[in-house]
Amino acid sequence: MMLPWKMSGQPAGPEHSPYAPVSIHDVTVAYHRKPVLWDVDLDLPEGKLVGVIGPNGAGKSTLIKAILGLVPTASGEVKFYGGTLRKHRALVGYVPQRESVDWDFPVSALDVVAMGLYRRIGWFRRIRRTHYEEATKALARVGMDSLALRQISQLSGGQQQRVFLARALAQDAQIYFMDEPLVGVDAATERVIIALLRELRNAGRTVVVVHHDLQSVAEYFDHVIMLNTRVVAAGPTAEVFTQDNLLKTYGGRLTLLDEAAHAVARTGQR
Amino acid sequence: MNWTLLDTWMLATGIFSALSCALLGNFLFVRRLSLMGDAISHAVLPGLAAAFLITGSRDSGPMLMGAVIAGVLTAVLTQGIAHAGKVEESTSMGIVFTTLFAVGLLLIVRAADRVDLDPSCVLYGSLELTPLDTIRIGGMTLPRAFLVNTSVFAVNAAIVWLLFKEFMIGAFDPMLAVTQGFRPRWMHQLLMALVALTAVACFETVGSILVVAMLIVPAATARLLSSRLPAMLGLSLAIAAGSAILGHLGALTIPRLFGFEDTTTSGMMAVAAGAMFFLALIFAPGSGVLAHARNQLSLRRRIENEDALAALYRRGEGMELATAELPSPRLLHRLERRGFAAESAGVWQLTPRGKEEAESVIHAHVLWERFLVDHANMRVDHAHQSSERLEHVTTPEMREVLAETVEKPVTPPSDGSILPPR
Amino acid sequence: MTAQRQSRGSPSFGLLVALVGVLAFIALTVCAESATPALWRIFSLRDYNTRVVMGGTGLLGVACGVIGTFMVLRKKALLGDAISHATLPGIAIAFWVMVAAGGTGKYLPGLLLGAAVSGVLGMGAILLVRHHTRLPEDAILGIVLSIFFGAGVAILGVIQKMSTASAAGLETFIYGKTASMLGEDGRRIAWAAGVLIAISVLLFKEFRALCFDAGFARAQGWPIRTLDAVMMGMVVTATVIGLQAVGLILVIALLIIPPSAARFWTEDLGILVWLAAGLGALSGVVGSGVSAAFPELPAGGVIVLVASSVFVVSLLFGRARGLVFRAVTHLWLEVRITRQNALRSLFEVSERHSAGEPVTEKALREVRYWRGMQLHRALRRLEREDRVCRVLGGWRLTPDGHEEAQRMVRNHRLWELYLIHHAAVAPSHVDRDADLIEHVLGHEMVVELEKLLDATVAEPAVPESPHPIAAPVEEGGT
Repeated sequence: MMLPWKMSGQPAGPEHSPYAPVSIHDVTVAYHRKPVLWDVDLDLPEGKLVGVIGPNGAGKSTLIKAILGLVPTASGEVKFYGGTLRKHRALVGYVPQRESVDWDFPVSALDVVAMGLYRRIGWFRRIRRTHYEEATKALARVGMDSLALRQISQLSGGQQQRVFLARALAQDAQIYFMDEPLVGVDAATERVIIALLRELRNAGRTVVVVHHDLQSVAEYFDHVIMLNTRVVAAGPTAEVFTQDNLLKTYGGRLTLLDEAAHAVARTGQR
Repeated sequence: MNWTLLDTWMLATGIFSALSCALLGNFLFVRRLSLMGDAISHAVLPGLAAAFLITGSRDSGPMLMGAVIAGVLTAVLTQGIAHAGKVEESTSMGIVFTTLFAVGLLLIVRAADRVDLDPSCVLYGSLELTPLDTIRIGGMTLPRAFLVNTSVFAVNAAIVWLLFKEFMIGAFDPMLAVTQGFRPRWMHQLLMALVALTAVACFETVGSILVVAMLIVPAATARLLSSRLPAMLGLSLAIAAGSAILGHLGALTIPRLFGFEDTTTSGMMAVAAGAMFFLALIFAPGSGVLAHARNQLSLRRRIENEDALAALYRRGEGMELATAELPSPRLLHRLERRGFAAESAGVWQLTPRGKEEAESVIHAHVLWERFLVDHANMRVDHAHQSSERLEHVTTPEMREVLAETVEKPVTPPSDGSILPPR
Repeated sequence: MTAQRQSRGSPSFGLLVALVGVLAFIALTVCAESATPALWRIFSLRDYNTRVVMGGTGLLGVACGVIGTFMVLRKKALLGDAISHATLPGIAIAFWVMVAAGGTGKYLPGLLLGAAVSGVLGMGAILLVRHHTRLPEDAILGIVLSIFFGAGVAILGVIQKMSTASAAGLETFIYGKTASMLGEDGRRIAWAAGVLIAISVLLFKEFRALCFDAGFARAQGWPIRTLDAVMMGMVVTATVIGLQAVGLILVIALLIIPPSAARFWTEDLGILVWLAAGLGALSGVVGSGVSAAFPELPAGGVIVLVASSVFVVSLLFGRARGLVFRAVTHLWLEVRITRQNALRSLFEVSERHSAGEPVTEKALREVRYWRGMQLHRALRRLEREDRVCRVLGGWRLTPDGHEEAQRMVRNHRLWELYLIHHAAVAPSHVDRDADLIEHVLGHEMVVELEKLLDATVAEPAVPESPHPIAAPVEEGGT
């Protein structure tokens, strides 16, 4: 049965696309009256684990939301494999910050993971046992299969994050965007998640992770994008994640910082 | 109580309208829009009045159409103002339905110049009158309201059956729904249109209060009793049907107890649903008031027991105990009943089992203290106080993890294959 | 959800315009038939009765506006909805009791007392369920609303079958069809509203703490539960006195609409409260005045429609969050950013060229990405401003344009240097193009930054903007 609205399995040939998975061209994003992201212009590499780092308020989440078309851009454009997001939507997986959903919702961990399969199941069809089995496998990969039937509010923060990760696995996307998946999780969960991200990378997926912990950047990521309102540096971690760039991203002289903050606050009041 | 054929038809009609509303109510509940039914019930007024002003007659066809349009308008405007003005959804709903209601009142004043149009008699049908308005279909004489409500239920059930997972993902995580190619916004509008249609069809036949109550109460009651949406759906349907039956019986019997005639069935159905909610609130396993109290009590008992065990243990180890630390006779007898302690010659001693139990409590305390000091940077005296509380809620699994954390270094991550080959 | 929030609400915008149209139509048809002199007589306050009624509803508007502000901020706007419905069984029982005692059952203070008792019971039920379950607030309100209202309907059903009394007048409470109020009613409303206003003024600080951060307020030792109960008690009082003026349903509007309208004008709580009070008073006074001029119009309906019109105007034109204001701000920002980008790009490209050589649009497109007609429009705009001129084969900066571009590029690079060398937090309140760096950072800092800039410029002939460090990662055949 070929329904007009039935979604095709996979859009044509991103694997051999001559284009980068994501190209960001001169994107500027402004909230209210001031820009929060200035002239971001970069390509995301294929099959790499990419960390987005920068101080608070540097626009890390905004960058991801702008890429996914969730916030309007004042200028610039984002291309996915040379095409639009709409065309390649099926290739894009997004793991939002944990607090973005209602954890009191009456679903079990398994139900949430199965949601990652809905696109493949298609409109109007029911979720079959095979789908639940697949979802259980995804849960098992994050070590959560024993808690599959728990209502999601009864899981700890780390466990909830694992459920989100399992859902992303089930979704089987080509490019993943994850907003702070390592915030507020326990050490065991962090290990599981990192192992998982590496597996995804090894399977040729591009994984973009907003990260806040500078200590682990060099260990976790192949590529980094260092962001502080504009891109300070982007490239392979070994080349880019340097003391110099860190200083540029996070600023060097802290005494001057206070002065500047005051000055900025003063102009804000004018 | 004398039950007649009329009662059977009233009850059947009532049950089906309760079922239609309860089914959709679940989705309103999870979207936190439970009050939408109430809003629509008020907001249909201008639709009715406008239909009357335009056609100049009180035919139910145009009136129904006007009401449905007003109902859908309520839902659309609520969304529109919430999005465009960044107003909270329930606030926007309050603004929309009160405004529409006021518009309706003024329009009715205009209409009243020509004919008496009382909102309560046009809009709010009553369950008592349903068996009187009949239609003949294929040799059978059926009440029109019964036909309307069964078909509304059939439509709702079919759509929910077909689009269950689409509704669910749209309500839980609209962003994921978008990336999956579903259209949560359309799903939401469809749901709202269904609610408006159902509400209006039911107002016209059974009255508004039944609709408002059945959209809200069964779903909320079911949520107290279950934590998965499919189970919630089933339970809410059972509760809706149950309150319809109980409500009708109550309407027939309860006023007689006070020496009056019977009363409005739909009002009593709402009250019956309320009674069911109250029962669930008290008796729900896990989250009910009683279960909660029982858990509290058993936790308090356990703490008492464990403190007494530890005290006896320390005394057995030769430690001096202050009088206040000695367990009370009541506690000692409780320990004896459980086989943890025994009295011989006026001296209380731990049995081997009791000793084992006491050691495990003390072990948990020590583990927590070390964990809090080493891993949570807590001061030693603070750690002791916290451990006093934590030791009582330590499950065997937690103890294992604790012991591992306290005694072993962090293990490196295992590298198993995680993704299937593409 | 965010996706939906962010999209422009153009269909809803159209609906809003349609709604304004409908409201205007109703107002016109109503007014067209009656003479305007009546309005003049009313608003010149010649009639004692009208004076009292307008004063009373005005004060009711103030009280509801103030209380409603707190409720809307606490996302409990519909609490009034639940409580007003919960008054019905009280009204019915009070009627019943008064009939049983031998009266007509329509003694107003008695009915209001019944309403108040049952409203308080409804409030208690809400608190109880909230304490014992984790159900969302709207479901709790809905449960209490529907059960109490259902009970009210059932009791009315019993009363209607009693032969001794006619309950026919009771539904005016529900629909608020009270055509006109007496001076006595106006005074009663004024007194109660005055008390409510006094309480809000006295407890303003406490209520503010409760609205913004209940957890913090609790940590500070405020009696949160008591304050919450006081606030709910005030809602019950406002609802019960409002029953008389505007009816059971429409009193909700007075609690929700003025505060929501005020939200579009200000972000400051102090101003917000007074603005909501003012808008509430406006709705009360104008609404009851109009309905006094046209006795066939129900006061409640008119008051609410006045409030709704104020809301729609605020939604469209509010200074802080209004739709028009936001749309214009966004458009203006986009236009300004593209204009600056065009000017800067032109400057940077022509720096590389030999003097006076025109710059083609193609060259500009190579240095920066432009959406559709963006570049062309920006250049045309600059041409009108006499910053650039069209020459054979492309564009060239005029002396004015050159001067502005130079200043802008310098400012821009100084800012970037500042960000790179000094700022540890992203200064999200700084706009590098608009805020002249001297104004924000002071002279010494600028001198230091200029030294840095000169050092950077010294090496290559063309000063490099700092951010191309972020060379795009080349992939495949881009």
